[in-house]
Amino acid sequence: MLSKIIPELGHFALILALLMALVQAVVPMAGTLTRRPLWMAFAKPLASGQFLFLAIAYLCLTTSFLLDDFSVAYVANNSNSMLPWYYKTTAVWGSHEGSVLLWSLMLGGWGFAVSQCSSQLPRDMVARVLSVMGMVCVGFLLFVLITSNPFERLLPNMPQDGADLNPLLQDFGLVIHPPMLYMGYVGFSVVFAFAIAGLIGGRLDAAWTRWARPWTNLAWAFLTVGIALGSWWAYYELGWGGWWFWDPVENASLLPWLAGTALIHSLAVTEKRGSFKSWTLLLAITTFSLSLLGTFLVRSGVLTSVHAFANDPARGTFILVLLGLTVGLSLLVFALRAPRVSHSIGFTWLSRDALLLVNNILLVIMTVTVLLGTVYPLLLDALGLGKISVGPPYFNALFVPLTGLLCVFMGLGPSSRWKQMSGRELFKRLLGAGIASVVIAAVAPLVYGGQWNLWVSLGLVMALWIVLSLGRDLFDKVRNASSLGIGLRRLSPAYWGMVVGHLGLAVTIVGVTMVSNYNIERNVRLAPGESVEVAGYTFAMQGLRERRGPNFIADTATIDVSRNGEHRFTMQPEKRLYLARGMPMTDVALRPGLLRDLYVALGEDLGDGSWALRIQFKPFVRWLWLGALLMAAGGMLAVVDKRYRRVKRRAQQPVTSDTSGFKEAQA
Amino acid sequence: MKRRLFLLIPLVLFVVLAVFLYRGLALDPSARDSSLLGQSFPSFTLSTLEDPERQVDESLLEGEVTLVNVWGEWCPTCKQEMPQLLALEKRGIRLVGVDYKDTREKGHEFLEKFGNPFEINVFDPEGTLGFDLGVYGAPETFLVDAEGIIRYHHTGYITPEDIEQTIMPEVEKWRAD
Repeated sequence: MLSKIIPELGHFALILALLMALVQAVVPMAGTLTRRPLWMAFAKPLASGQFLFLAIAYLCLTTSFLLDDFSVAYVANNSNSMLPWYYKTTAVWGSHEGSVLLWSLMLGGWGFAVSQCSSQLPRDMVARVLSVMGMVCVGFLLFVLITSNPFERLLPNMPQDGADLNPLLQDFGLVIHPPMLYMGYVGFSVVFAFAIAGLIGGRLDAAWTRWARPWTNLAWAFLTVGIALGSWWAYYELGWGGWWFWDPVENASLLPWLAGTALIHSLAVTEKRGSFKSWTLLLAITTFSLSLLGTFLVRSGVLTSVHAFANDPARGTFILVLLGLTVGLSLLVFALRAPRVSHSIGFTWLSRDALLLVNNILLVIMTVTVLLGTVYPLLLDALGLGKISVGPPYFNALFVPLTGLLCVFMGLGPSSRWKQMSGRELFKRLLGAGIASVVIAAVAPLVYGGQWNLWVSLGLVMALWIVLSLGRDLFDKVRNASSLGIGLRRLSPAYWGMVVGHLGLAVTIVGVTMVSNYNIERNVRLAPGESVEVAGYTFAMQGLRERRGPNFIADTATIDVSRNGEHRFTMQPEKRLYLARGMPMTDVALRPGLLRDLYVALGEDLGDGSWALRIQFKPFVRWLWLGALLMAAGGMLAVVDKRYRRVKRRAQQPVTSDTSGFKEAQA
Repeated sequence: MKRRLFLLIPLVLFVVLAVFLYRGLALDPSARDSSLLGQSFPSFTLSTLEDPERQVDESLLEGEVTLVNVWGEWCPTCKQEMPQLLALEKRGIRLVGVDYKDTREKGHEFLEKFGNPFEINVFDPEGTLGFDLGVYGAPETFLVDAEGIIRYHHTGYITPEDIEQTIMPEVEKWRAD
């Protein structure tokens, strides 16, 4: 009965991974301090071994799910024999224990990736980076093994069947949302490790930023996709048609994203101009710290949220200690070792340097705004000043204007030069874009909605300003080339990454603006044979029938949708009852489109043969997520830039030893 | 030296935050003191959401076991809770809403969107009644017996499981009394 010991094998593999992480945390770092190449060389094989054993542990848990091994408590609580096999594999991260295991696996995976792509990095740098990542991994694996062991058994009295996976999570969006999000969170551990390694080794030159940048972009791109997927999932799964709620858990993912966005931009300045060094390091530490803080907020139960995990005080305390040690120690290292005198490389107040500084300040203000709003109820409660809740009014009132301001500078940034820029020239370059965006934005609501709307115009002006000023910059760059093709090809992937990323934000802003202002929502009661008109579409209820799914029973309504008397398509919203938990769920019928979504949710049976229905017309809602995908694509595109590989080749030459690097940082 | 001190600022800020987080661990946001249990419902005089002219007070709650639900349009969790409240209404339970820190317009919008299980809604834009009830977020639900005495307090949203496991048994218990 080999299958019976699979959970034990998984548990054992997890312990081995912890031991490897422990050695990886200590030996290579000690090697750099005592200059023993052999000790430093431990880093890479250990990173591979640690990843291997984490993968084995993860596969063991997946196998237990697939084999319906309900003697494993975690499987019994989150699966059921009726659950389709694909949800059994994703139920692994459906709750707390498994999701921290996935977190750890990804941490191991990033460490493995660094070790594989580091053949060109100086040996001591690799040793330090992997050692720091090993330390983080030790913390997380201790957390898993001590407080959240997914391999805990229910023996000898194992349940006959499992309690089933939460129906909210039985869905495609949830299959990919958490892994993407965790890839982002955990991915920031790489730049964090680079920052700590740089601080300890005193090596913070241009090469350092070039090593750190691709990893940062990659993690940021994953996080962007993860957040977008979460928003998309909430939109269609929760049945209210909302896409962002300023819920603590959402904020927890937005915080590292905002800090990470600032980091990407400040890394650009540090690489190109050698300035903002301490600031970049602080941002690198902050970004990863905020990822950890998010984990703490979500899993400790200190804040109430729609999707908080089951809480356990022991876990909260453990994560707080972990958070305190990681962040506290790294900030201490920062305070002690940050470059003492930053190279004061001059720039005037109108230059790309200055504009990127403004960008960073704004993004940090936005981060602090969201952080304060998220923890404010907690702070007041702790001070005994009463209990309040901070809702969307606070966030929207601060976040929207700040975003507007950010967009103004986003238009100026790409068109300006490093170091200094003549105001007149910048004005001349962008005047056309400015006028065009104001005019188009002013007219657009008249054309689209039939009447003028200030908010729509303001939103569109921001988006158009970003797009048109980018277009102008592209035009200036290409115009001197002998042909358009050559001109476009000469632009680097990093430049294209910036263009696509900024374009993505503009697309998202259009989506937010349009869906917030032109959303139409009707709550109606319909009996078979009746119909209702919403936004020019006629929704006719044809009838209802009962349908049996793999682990649920559903009432399915059939609704014919026509426009101008012409039948277009049929929509089938459902009300499902999940059998194992007896939990009712709304399964929304969606008709997505680039310019609008039709959204029908089936409500209550009103008794007399009619049903409550919520019908929504959501213009441009897809643009929200499309924009996010573009942003992520921009981040990825910048990673493939040749200069990151060129640098690696150059780094093969004898590298600066510890002391010279240290001097450089102190100079 | 001055610059080193300057670089310590992030660490100091973090330590302050960590202390608060530690305090937060001891405070469970969803299980709070039930000092109101066994007490009369706090007295209030407020207008109703339905009719700005009509003033109501705590006598509204006398005569029948009532669930008082504190909600607001701004509260996403309240939207999730509405199906359960509608189900409770269908089972013959009297529900009174307190529209907490909201505007009339938004309040009406909410009830139109998500259904109205409430017999009547007390409009509490300043949160004065909410303050007396010790409410610090929404949704929160109080079970008030026929004499107007608070008998049970539920923080956070009522799940479908809660209906069977806690709300219905509590209602039955105090109805029988």
